[in-house]
Amino acid sequence: MSKQYTLMDHLQGQGITRRGFLKFCSITATMLALPPSLIPQIAKALESAKRPSVIWLSFQECTGCTESITRSHAPTIESLIFDFISLDYHHTLQAASGHAAEAAREQAMKDNEDQYILVVDGSIPTGNPGFSTIAGIDNKQMLIDTAKHAAAIVAVGTCATYGGLPHADPNPTNAVAVSDIIKDKPIINVPGCPPIPIVMTGVLAHFLTFGTIPDLDDLGRPKMFYGNSIHDRCYRRPFYEKGLFAETFDDEGAKAGWCLFKLGCKGPTTYNACATAKWNEGTSFPIEAGAPCIGCSQPDFWDNGGFYNALSQPTISIGETAAAAIAAGAVASVAASAIHKSAKAKAAKKHHTVTTDDME
Amino acid sequence: MNIDSITLLNWARGSGFEWALAIFIFGTLYRVLTLLMLGRKRNLAPAKSAETSAGVRTVFRRFAPAKGLFSKAPLLHIAGITFHLGFFLILFFYTPHIEALKTVLGFSWPALPNSVITATTVVTMIAMITLLIYRITDPVRRFISDGHDYFIWVISFLPLLTGYLAFNHALLPYTLMLALHILSVELLMVLLPFTRLGHFIAIFFARFYSGSDIGRKGVSS
Repeated sequence: MSKQYTLMDHLQGQGITRRGFLKFCSITATMLALPPSLIPQIAKALESAKRPSVIWLSFQECTGCTESITRSHAPTIESLIFDFISLDYHHTLQAASGHAAEAAREQAMKDNEDQYILVVDGSIPTGNPGFSTIAGIDNKQMLIDTAKHAAAIVAVGTCATYGGLPHADPNPTNAVAVSDIIKDKPIINVPGCPPIPIVMTGVLAHFLTFGTIPDLDDLGRPKMFYGNSIHDRCYRRPFYEKGLFAETFDDEGAKAGWCLFKLGCKGPTTYNACATAKWNEGTSFPIEAGAPCIGCSQPDFWDNGGFYNALSQPTISIGETAAAAIAAGAVASVAASAIHKSAKAKAAKKHHTVTTDDME
Repeated sequence: MNIDSITLLNWARGSGFEWALAIFIFGTLYRVLTLLMLGRKRNLAPAKSAETSAGVRTVFRRFAPAKGLFSKAPLLHIAGITFHLGFFLILFFYTPHIEALKTVLGFSWPALPNSVITATTVVTMIAMITLLIYRITDPVRRFISDGHDYFIWVISFLPLLTGYLAFNHALLPYTLMLALHILSVELLMVLLPFTRLGHFIAIFFARFYSGSDIGRKGVSS
């Protein structure tokens, strides 16, 4: 790996012209919601950007995040960035395995001390170290060791950012997020189940361009991608305002593309770029395909009271509670009445009739 | 991981709602049953006319202001009726509310358009503010009001305000505002049977009692 190898060298090697490169910089600026005046600076920064080392750790995950990112279609920004970075360790994608793979990780950590980017997908079990291990090393230990000399950590997917599916009730492995274990490093959360490829690569592009982490919201997510709710940007929003809702998945409302609120859409409480960046090369996103948003970029989205229940519906079954309350109310009122009646009877008993004779 | 607004929202939709509903059902039943079990002293005088029908008639007749009173305090009547009617419409005819009630009751009914509900909310809040100003500025009203009255005004106003702000995505992020809205409704549910707001159910018994009592005496109710 040449440390002086820059992005410009890489692009030229791929036969990309300067015009093409500047176009790429414009797209990057747009994606990062930066003004056009910054394009020359982006170009300058990227021209001389060194090839960063990336170590990708996968813990309790389903590989969906990796699947999502590797499905980015060439020659997009995603593929350019991914060809450019030096992905030194990713046990799903790398050819090496076992001790050879671990040696590659240790070598990358040594060669790029305090410089490499650590990407994590999957949650970390804290119940028993044996729940999830790689080459005999438990997930928590590997995370702590690898995070120690990382420049920054990117937590990819809802499992790494908020615990995700493994964290869902009853959380048998006592799974936690990266931010629950690592407290002394900058962590960029890129949640989603999976995250949108362009969001992932956009975060890396920002880091390459500015050498800093982007502005984050209170859940550690880059504001440029997670600043708006799905509902705010949803093309079906006018139907919500008009009160036109699909009642079932195949009624006239659903066919006419009405709002999916009643079918459980979590768009109003979900912050992500699905409605703008979309999926599959900008083809569509779940709501456009007729499925309500399940809120996958929010913490505990598995336990938010059912994917197909409206956001305003209570998440508990009320039958037993109501029956218990009725029984308690009846018993309490009978008891209270008995006390009233006994007090009344006592008062009546104490009552002495006064006659004029008594007054003499 | 931070405790965030979605956690609060989940609590409000889950355990919070469960507790609020249980206390509301318990409290309402307790108030109604103890009221009924107080009993009425047997009236030995022969009834001059049917008391039950007079009682039922009075329950409905008193939705309209009494003759002569309206012209004495038109603002009070208009604002009072507007507030009560508005609150009823918003509670029972806004789509997300119907969805919530469907979970509890098991059936649903058609909703009013969101624009109608939004306008109704604004009008209802104006009516409530008018009533509050009236209460504070009118010497007699102020004299007969105590902290309890202002407290129940606040807890009745909060669901309207938070609901309006949540719908319009104003002031706070939607998730947090929605959580606060549901929590404000739960606070109202918990306190409803145990405050002067208990009139939401007691008024029907009171009207029936008055109506049947005077009806029995042959007075037209």
